Amino acid sequence: MTITPRDRLLALDWREIWRYRDMFMLFVDRAFRTAYKQTILGPLWFIITPVLSVIVYVTVFGGIANIPTDGVPPVLFYLLGISVWGYFASCLTSTSNSFVSNADIFGKVYFPRIIMPMVAVTVNLLSFAIQLAIFFAFYIYYAATGTDLTIHWQVVLFPFLMLLLALMAMGFGMIFSSLTTKYRDLQIMLAKIISLWVYVTPVIYPLSMVTNDKLHLAMSLNPVTPVMEAIKYSLLGVGQFSWLWLGYSALVTLILLIFGLMLFNKVQKSFMDTV
Amino acid sequence: MTAIEFNHVSKQYRLGLVSTKTLSHDIRRWWLTSIMRQEDPYLKIGETNDRATKGNSEYVWALRDIDFKVEQGDVVGIIGKNGAGKSTLLKLLSRVTGPTTGTIRAHGRIGSLLEVGTGFHSEMTGRENIYMNGAILGMTKAEIDRKLDEIIDFSGCERYIDTPVKRYSSGMTVRLGFAVAAFLEPEILVVDEVLAVGDAEFQKKAIGKMKDVSQGQGRTVLFVSHNMTSVKQLCKHGILLENGQVSFMGTAEDTIGKYLAVNLEDIDKPLAERTDRRGDGRVRFTNVLFRNAKGDVVTEAFVGTPLTIEMYFDINDPSVDLSKAIMACGLSDSYGMSVANWISDEIEHDFSNLKDEKKIVLHIPALNLRPQTYNFGVQLSIGSTSPKDWCDEIGPISQLTILNDSIFTPGVNLKDCRGHQALVPARYL
Repeated sequence: MTITPRDRLLALDWREIWRYRDMFMLFVDRAFRTAYKQTILGPLWFIITPVLSVIVYVTVFGGIANIPTDGVPPVLFYLLGISVWGYFASCLTSTSNSFVSNADIFGKVYFPRIIMPMVAVTVNLLSFAIQLAIFFAFYIYYAATGTDLTIHWQVVLFPFLMLLLALMAMGFGMIFSSLTTKYRDLQIMLAKIISLWVYVTPVIYPLSMVTNDKLHLAMSLNPVTPVMEAIKYSLLGVGQFSWLWLGYSALVTLILLIFGLMLFNKVQKSFMDTV
Repeated sequence: MTAIEFNHVSKQYRLGLVSTKTLSHDIRRWWLTSIMRQEDPYLKIGETNDRATKGNSEYVWALRDIDFKVEQGDVVGIIGKNGAGKSTLLKLLSRVTGPTTGTIRAHGRIGSLLEVGTGFHSEMTGRENIYMNGAILGMTKAEIDRKLDEIIDFSGCERYIDTPVKRYSSGMTVRLGFAVAAFLEPEILVVDEVLAVGDAEFQKKAIGKMKDVSQGQGRTVLFVSHNMTSVKQLCKHGILLENGQVSFMGTAEDTIGKYLAVNLEDIDKPLAERTDRRGDGRVRFTNVLFRNAKGDVVTEAFVGTPLTIEMYFDINDPSVDLSKAIMACGLSDSYGMSVANWISDEIEHDFSNLKDEKKIVLHIPALNLRPQTYNFGVQLSIGSTSPKDWCDEIGPISQLTILNDSIFTPGVNLKDCRGHQALVPARYL
């Protein structure tokens, strides 16, 4: 083994990552176990938080602001929207903290640093899965009580669409995590970006509501939009499914990942000196 | 066969805070190296890392041009003063941070132990933490499964193994952490001063385990410590670092000798000219005198006799509040182990006139220490004894030789032996 001042920028040692698979699993396991330790409601919090948000959304956006949901029961519309968005946002936040929040461990021992963003993306799957289960519970309830719901065949793409979102968040998060090791400004900026980003993504309203052409195009340029729309299309039958725009999202994701990996590799050797 | 090879390895650090100045340096560096294809301008301006002197550059070389080889199966102790670059060297080898220039070649898996219990989570049980810590150190789950019983047994924490670590005493946490690391089986083991923690019984156990690991199984070990006794016990060879450079390499014994000699070289200089001191300099010691019972200035005294130590100082900052001064001085043996310490906030004293007298006097009624040569060191701080409040601190200032005599039974001299320095008056009945 040779230790040099700099690594190749696009290098990713899969064999080494595979060797640390047990550590990966233990980190994921640890995050699950310790998430709600010493709380009375424990894992119930995974359910309470999304339910609370849905109640607020239904009241504020549906009841007060009268934002349409394209004929879909608002509860389903919001639940799906906030689960998917919530997964993206939490992946982005936790990957962007990879270096700073693990500085203690990184400073004492070596393992492939990229495992931490991977852990973050995996750990967030748990709360997403629970929210999705709530979504399906409501879905069955609405279907049984006679609401007309359409599922499109594209639903088989659902796991891939989620993977696309996870990778997008990871690429973007890695860029931020690499830049925040020295300058913490971006960490503060990212929190603001995420809280504003949700408004240019069709999470709490359908894209069809945006009738201004320029605005519509601008919103579609947001790489999360096509994925969000495709998910809504396949599960709820509303929104649009466009291979072209999904291809665009995939391309942006690829660029983010490559760029993120380059920055990550550049920073990981020296970040302990500046963190 | 060579196990580890350092090829002209240097490591530069930037001092001070991260600010817009850092940003402008970063931009300039990027412009020159990436666009103009020139050399990094900041690599030229670094200074030697001497922590005691104030430098002009904010860039320092923590390590400079380190070049050595370690044979497979060798146990090498790395010694040097604080800030000589020992830990930086281990960090580079364990890949926690990368070198600025140069390359390191290593043959075999490297296991590093820069801290015990890395990745311990206070909410998880001892058993869960063994797995976590083991995995972080590079073990697979199967490996840990196989060694689990031995690890628990070695740690001596069996009763607590299914209790969250936050209920552990700090000593138990250390034991558990070391136990995991002790069963690590890399070809190259890198150990930082981790043996300095835990109680005496545990330290003995840890040293014993380290001996097994390094001697029995042909593994290469790099070991950093300030404790010359354990370096001597464990290591075959030594590397002496001074201001980020290798100043001596040889057998462990020779290297320790060189290190102690370096420490003592400074003693011959007048106290006021010494630069190997710490503290902010509001007050600087200028002279120290030992006086025997008759009041003569001495460097040797008989065991059991009284001794008075006079410590003279200059005040460089007139605003300094000497009424809050805390004086600490003490004797340490030739291995650097402290054997006696007199700290003024534990001892009755009158410091009301320090500003005028510019001297502190300590009276020892009886030198009950085994005949040997001891090093005397001082430290003066204001308000608290934490390093930020230090005014002046110097390791060995001068030597005091205690001469053999009879103190327990008239006419029976003391034995000449290592250790057992405290001579507490007693009688067998």
